[in-house]
Amino acid sequence: MRNSIAIAVPLRLRPNISNTLPHHKFRPTCFHSHEGHTISCVPYSAPQTKPMALHFEILGRFNRARAAQLTLPHFVCQTPLFMPVGTQGTIKGLTNNELERIGCQIILGNTYHLALRPTSELLEEAGGLHNFMNWPRAMLTDSGGFQMVSLLHLADITEEGVTFQSPVDGKPMLLTPEESIQIQNRIGADIIMALDDVVKTTITGPRIEEAMYRTLRWIDRCIAAHKRPHDQNLFGIVQGGLDPELRDICVKGLVDRNLPGYAIGGLAGGEDKDSFWRVVAQCTAALPEDKPRYVMGVGYPLDIVVCSALGADMYDCVYPTRTARFGTALIPEGVLKLKHRAMADDTRPIDPTCPCMVCKNYTRAYIHCLVTKDAMGSQLLSYHNLYYMMRLSRNLHTSIVEGRFPKFVCDFLQTMFPKGDVPEWVCNAMEVAGIDISSCCAPFPSCQEKYSSDEIGTNDIHMELRLTHTRSVVVY
Amino acid sequence: MKFAVKKALSSSGARVGVLEVGSCPAPIETPALLLATRKGLPHFISPELLPSLPSPDSNLLQVSPLHFLEGLSTTTISKIGGLHQMLGLKQHGIAAVPRDSIQCLPESKAATRLGASFETPCGRLLIKPKDYIEMISCMKPNIWASLADEVPAWVSEKRNKTSVDRTLRWLDDCISLYPAAGSIFGAIVGGTSLEERKRCAEEVAKRNVSGYWIGGFGLGEGIDERPALLREVMDILPDEKPRLTCGLGLPEEILQGIAAGIDLFDSTYIYSLTLGGFALTFSLDKSGEQHNLQSDQIGSDSTKINLRATAYRKDMSPILENCTCYTCQNHTKAYINHLLNVHEMLAQTLLEIHNTHHYLRFFHVIRGAIQDGSFEEFRQAFLESRREHFKGEAIST
Repeated sequence: MRNSIAIAVPLRLRPNISNTLPHHKFRPTCFHSHEGHTISCVPYSAPQTKPMALHFEILGRFNRARAAQLTLPHFVCQTPLFMPVGTQGTIKGLTNNELERIGCQIILGNTYHLALRPTSELLEEAGGLHNFMNWPRAMLTDSGGFQMVSLLHLADITEEGVTFQSPVDGKPMLLTPEESIQIQNRIGADIIMALDDVVKTTITGPRIEEAMYRTLRWIDRCIAAHKRPHDQNLFGIVQGGLDPELRDICVKGLVDRNLPGYAIGGLAGGEDKDSFWRVVAQCTAALPEDKPRYVMGVGYPLDIVVCSALGADMYDCVYPTRTARFGTALIPEGVLKLKHRAMADDTRPIDPTCPCMVCKNYTRAYIHCLVTKDAMGSQLLSYHNLYYMMRLSRNLHTSIVEGRFPKFVCDFLQTMFPKGDVPEWVCNAMEVAGIDISSCCAPFPSCQEKYSSDEIGTNDIHMELRLTHTRSVVVY
Repeated sequence: MKFAVKKALSSSGARVGVLEVGSCPAPIETPALLLATRKGLPHFISPELLPSLPSPDSNLLQVSPLHFLEGLSTTTISKIGGLHQMLGLKQHGIAAVPRDSIQCLPESKAATRLGASFETPCGRLLIKPKDYIEMISCMKPNIWASLADEVPAWVSEKRNKTSVDRTLRWLDDCISLYPAAGSIFGAIVGGTSLEERKRCAEEVAKRNVSGYWIGGFGLGEGIDERPALLREVMDILPDEKPRLTCGLGLPEEILQGIAAGIDLFDSTYIYSLTLGGFALTFSLDKSGEQHNLQSDQIGSDSTKINLRATAYRKDMSPILENCTCYTCQNHTKAYINHLLNVHEMLAQTLLEIHNTHHYLRFFHVIRGAIQDGSFEEFRQAFLESRREHFKGEAIST
C-alpha cells in the first residue's frame, strides 16, 4: 500500500549477520594439545558467542580516528556519523523523504517521551517505531533515564531504578533496568541503550563512584532482560564522571560483558572542555577496536571533529535542530544568527559552499524575515543545519578513508578560526590524537614563519587564546 | 499571461479555460485554486514537497505583498530579483493580492481617500497606491490585483459608494504608475449593493486590464445574497478575460462562484482545516454524490475527519485509501494523531499536503463536469447530498 517514497523494511537482519562475523570471533569450546590429545573442554563463557545484530568493519584509519561501515538490521551506515534527535517520533518539521534526501542514516528516539505518548504498547502493536513512523533506515533509542532525571523535579535514583512522579497523573512510578529494556524491545530500534545511573560531571564526591558501580550492576540486569539480542543491539554506557580510575573500572566491566557497542556517557553536561576531551580520549583508548563507540549528547561540530580524531564513531545532539528554531544556522565559520538585523538585506545564501536545497534557493534576507515568526523558517533552517551535520559526517568518513584526514581537520580549523585562535583544549586533544595542526594555530596568519614547539613554547601562544568551543559569527 | 475560454456552458456561467502564466511548466486549466501562502511559501509544505502535489494545478500561488512589510525591504526584494527568485519558485505562477483573508484583513474604518487599511501582524497599515506599486514593481508577480477599498456588508450606502469611488481612482493610479506591468487585474467592489456592483464593474471594464479581481466577498454578506451580486458583475465583464476572487473558500462557495463564472479562487479553507487537525475526506465522485464514508466515526462527518479524536489512535490506515498524496502514501491516521497529541509541526505539514491535494482534485473533478456539460447536476448532487448528511449529523448528535 505505502510504496511511493519511503519503503518500510521488515525487521530482519540485512545482510545475514551470523554468516559474516569474522572467524576470530568464535572460539572453540574444546582445544587440543599439539600431540592431538584432547586436553579439556573448557566451556568459554557465553559472551564469546553472544548474538550480535550489527557488523562493524573499519575501512580506514588515521592514528586513532577510524572510518567504518556499521551494518545494522535496518540500514548500512558509514561512521563517523551524527544522529538527529527525533524525540517524539519525528525530527521536528522534516518529513522522512527530506531526511533521506539529506543523507540521514540513523535517528534517535527518546524512550521516555515515546513511552508516554503514544506508549510502547501501541508502538509494539504497530510493528515497532519504524513501522509507526515509516522510517526505513536505522534507529536508536535511549534508555529513558536521562530524560527522567533532567526533566522531572522529583526523580530519584535507587538501586531498584529511577523513581519519579508520572507527569500524566502524579502517581509514583519506577523505571527499572528491566522495564527500560522491555519498553525498548517494544519500540524495536536497531540499537538500544542500557539504563545507567547518570550523574552530572559538575558534581563531585562519592556519588560518582556509586553511580559508576550501579551502572555496572544494572548492565547485567539489562542484558538479562533483553529479549531481542538478534535484532536489537544493547550498548553499555561508560560512566565515572571525570575520574580516570572510575572510568577505567567501568570500561573494563562493560568490556567483560562483550556488548555489541559502547557509549561514553555522562559528558556534554557543562564540564570544561579540557576535562571533556580527556575522558573521551581515555575511553576510546580503552574500548575495543572492533566495536562502535558512541559519545552521547555531542554536539557541536568542533567537538565532533575532535572526538572523531580521538577514535569515536557516533554522536547525537539536539543542538542543530534546536538552534535552528532560534534562528541560528551552522556554517563552516561557526554560526550565523539569522535573526540579526544585519541579515535583513544580506542577499547571499546562508553558506555559499553548501549544496543543500536551502542554500541553493534562499537568501539570508528571506530566511531572516521568516525565522522565529513562521513555521517555514524553522523548517528551512533545520533542513540546512541537519544537512550541515550530515555533510560533516560524510566528510569525516571520506577524508579518513581517502587518507587525507589531517588536511581535513586543518581546513576545518582554519575556516572556523581564521585568526589562528584555536582553543587550547583542541590543540591538546589533537596532540594526543597525533594530528599536526600547527599550521592552523599561528596567531597571525599573514606571518610567514612557521612556529615549531621547539622555537617558541607552543603553550605560550596557546595561553593567549580563548578557551571557547564555538564562535558566534555574523558574517558581513 | 494568456487566458482563453475553452468551453462555456449556456445553462450557467461556468466555463473551463486555460491560463498560461510565466514559466509554469504547462498551461493551467481553470477553474483553478491558488494556494495560500505566508511570505510567499505555503504555511507548512516545504518547497521540497511542493512538487509532490498535482502539477501544474499546484503551480499557482497567491501572495500578499503586505507579508513582507514585517522584515524585508522592497529594495532587498528587488536586489534578489523579485518573488520568483526569492522564493525559489521559478516555475510557479504568482498572483499578488494584498488581502489574504487570514492575517491581512481589510479594515474599512481606517481607510482614507489616500489609501486602503489592513490589519496585519505588524499592526494597522495604511497602504497608498504609490507604496503598493513600489512593492509590486520590486516583487514582479505574474498577476496582481489593483488596490481596493473593501468594505463589509453592513456599512452605510454612502460608505459603500465611497469605496467604489476610491477603488476606481486607485485603479487608475495603479495603471498610470505602472503601465508596463505584469498582468493587472482590476479590482471590483460594491458590497451588497447591486447598483454599486454594476457601476464598479462597468467602470473597470472600460480600463485596459488583463483580468478582474472581484473583492468585497467573505466580509459579512449572506451566502444567498451572493449569486445576484455575482451575476450583476459577470453580466458586464467581457468573457475572454479571467476572473479572480477572494473570500470564497468552502466547497459550496467555490461551486457558487464557478456557476457565476469565476475562474480563479483563493481559499483559506485548507489552512483552517489544517490548524484544526482536520483532513478532507469528501467524495470526489464525478456525479457529485457524497456517500457516507466514515460517518460512524466520532469526531468526523463524511466530508472531513478530525485526527485529534482518540478514535484514530490505533488506526493504521491512511486518511483516504485511494489518495495519491505524500501523506496518504506514507503515513497513517494513527501517526498523525500522535503528532497532533505531542504538538509536532509535522502534523500540520502532512495535513496541509493532503488537504491541498484533495482540494486540487476537487477542482479537477469540477472541470471534468463542466467539460461533460454535467456541471449543474454535479453541483446539485453535491450540495444536496452534503446538506442531507449535515442534517443527519445534526439530528443524531
